[in-house]
Amino acid sequence: MTNLLGNDSSVWCRRHLLDVQDLSTAEIELVMQTADVMSKQINSPMKKSDALRGKTVITLFYEASTRTRGSFEMAAKNLGADVINMTVQSSSISKGESLINTLHTLVQIGADMIVMRHPLSGAHYCAAPYMQASLINAGDGWHAHPTQALLDLYTVRQHAGDLQGRKIVIVGDIKHSRVAHSNIWCLSKMGAKIVLCAPPTLLPAGLADMRNCFPHVEVENRIDKALVGADVIMVLRLQKERMRGDLLPGTADFICGYQLNATRLALANPQAIVMHPGPVNEDIELSASVLRSPRSVVGKQVSNGVAVRMAILQLLNASKNQ
Amino acid sequence: MKDILIKNGRIIDLATGLDETGDVLISGGRIKELGGSISAQGAEILDATSQVVCPGFIDMHCHLRQPGYEAKETIASGSKAAARGGFTTICCMPNTNPPLDNAPLITYVNTIAEKEAAVRVLPIGCITRARKGDELSDMMTMAQAGVVAFSDDGSHVKNPQLMRRAMEYSLPLGLPIIEHCEDSDLADGGQANEGIVATTLGLCGIPTAAEEVAVARDIILAELTGARLHIAHVSTKGAVELIRQAKKRGVKLSAEVTPHHLTLTEECVLGYNTQAKVSPPLRTQSDIDALIGGLKDGTIDIIATDHAPHTANDKACEFGLAACGISGLETAFSALMQLVHSGKLPLPLLIAKLSSAPAAILRMKLGSICVGAPADISVINPHLEWTVNTANFISKGHNTPLEGSKLKGKVTATVYAGQVVYQDET
Repeated sequence: MTNLLGNDSSVWCRRHLLDVQDLSTAEIELVMQTADVMSKQINSPMKKSDALRGKTVITLFYEASTRTRGSFEMAAKNLGADVINMTVQSSSISKGESLINTLHTLVQIGADMIVMRHPLSGAHYCAAPYMQASLINAGDGWHAHPTQALLDLYTVRQHAGDLQGRKIVIVGDIKHSRVAHSNIWCLSKMGAKIVLCAPPTLLPAGLADMRNCFPHVEVENRIDKALVGADVIMVLRLQKERMRGDLLPGTADFICGYQLNATRLALANPQAIVMHPGPVNEDIELSASVLRSPRSVVGKQVSNGVAVRMAILQLLNASKNQ
Repeated sequence: MKDILIKNGRIIDLATGLDETGDVLISGGRIKELGGSISAQGAEILDATSQVVCPGFIDMHCHLRQPGYEAKETIASGSKAAARGGFTTICCMPNTNPPLDNAPLITYVNTIAEKEAAVRVLPIGCITRARKGDELSDMMTMAQAGVVAFSDDGSHVKNPQLMRRAMEYSLPLGLPIIEHCEDSDLADGGQANEGIVATTLGLCGIPTAAEEVAVARDIILAELTGARLHIAHVSTKGAVELIRQAKKRGVKLSAEVTPHHLTLTEECVLGYNTQAKVSPPLRTQSDIDALIGGLKDGTIDIIATDHAPHTANDKACEFGLAACGISGLETAFSALMQLVHSGKLPLPLLIAKLSSAPAAILRMKLGSICVGAPADISVINPHLEWTVNTANFISKGHNTPLEGSKLKGKVTATVYAGQVVYQDET
């Protein structure tokens, strides 16, 4: 492990992980390789190492989360770090202490790494340039969720191999989904062909320009057309908390148009896998039968998440020690 | 008061057709003699050789923040910043705390301005009480106290019936209604221009339609009532076209554009640069091209700064929480000179959009260089290069995306009411 990092120290020299967009293909490959090592570690009888012994990781969540936070905590503990979990009511964002001061305080307390989730896009960017500790983005507004994109990439490669030319369909509320945003950048950078499938009210603006950046990103509003020949189907959570009633007539209408069920899954390639970042609204965006079918890799995503986050923590820690 | 003799400058005033090299003699706060070589014993000499001498600029749209937000700006600091930017008359918006919605508050601003301001300060009163959009403010008494226009700037008057009434009520006062045209439902709490930049940043976008729907509504109401409507900070190509068509129909309409909407695009916010967060948002190059076209064919009457100073902390935060606005008085002219140097806008027209044109909207005998006129004059070096360093700003607001930019063209002296109120130290 030390060798691997030592050999590639020129590849990874970043202190923070703010967005998957920032990563080069070589950096992404290094994360994948490191995650392989981590995956072996956590599947061995002694799943803990001491790579981060003596280090303190603070998770600072301004939004509710169970799996991302738990996954980071498990990852940090598997590497021997001490973990402190802090939750802040998102209603207190606009009043009281500024985010920059809060983060400075956590560094003073002794945080070596801060894993932060924040409801405002780009929140991490206002503090990162001044921070001694590593800052890891665990989701910011509609903007990015880099570790989710990396664990999704890891999972896709595990099942579908090389991404070159593979058809990946992302279905659901793409406009408000940081998972979708990060996956679009990450998966298309690795060569996949992306099809976005959503009603026009749930698609972000400027996709015509996006096609200039990414020739392999397409929009197909009709799910029956979108799914034909798909190798991977990523279903997004219908984020009710982000919906204010004017984007969709209701969940029944959404189910009618966009739920991934067994009939629709049959339109995809026979080996196609089904993914979901969780938590799943069963029988809304994803039917329970598909969720529990052998085609679903939702559980695998979660366990891969721990390995990928261990990789990120270790890489950031190593680069900081240089 | 000492006489001032401005020597050997290129005197430009499009309104009077003046463009010649010569001297200007100022005495008793007025222009006494103009053109050719003038000699005046005992006068203070301002050498303007290879520089331009033009009417002092008039800014119809700035925020001086007093009363209520004195940490951001005061009438004293803002007016000094104006002098440095070549402005001799500035109109301040009423979104203070409390908002300027009654005569005593207007008198307060006028009293402070008289004592502390470096240049002429003309207050604008609210259209609606406390800018809440519910009921009309005391427009008549504020007119008597000296407001030059009415505006709820920062917000659009949402209720069309109330806007109709405000326009009707303004008719006998003869003062313009200045509208911040942005439909709040379409803007939807957005943070940046709707498009690939906002999407990349995960920010809610503000469509150009938010501005255009509001502009269209207000044009229709101005047409209905015959009131004088002035559209603040036009930012979209579609709005320019709506105004152009309305003017063709004879609607009593004027419009302004800011230096930043003429020179900066939405890409400035990439990296969550809160210094480029402004309302309306920075748009695209094709909008800029349309705005310049509008300036040239008279669709857009004037350039106004929308100088919006903020404290450092107002901007050092999450993009979504950052205040909107750019501190613009001290960089406006220099930033606009980019358009002159790139051949997009002739210098005499730029000067007119900053002086005689706003004077015409205000219906004041200002913004002109002629014998007997008030001696409000700017001296400009069109070729002087300098680097923006906000540490040297006179404005309390150091918020600008131009920090560190190299600009070509600078105001070197400002004369207000016959006195030098600013002189470049470099």
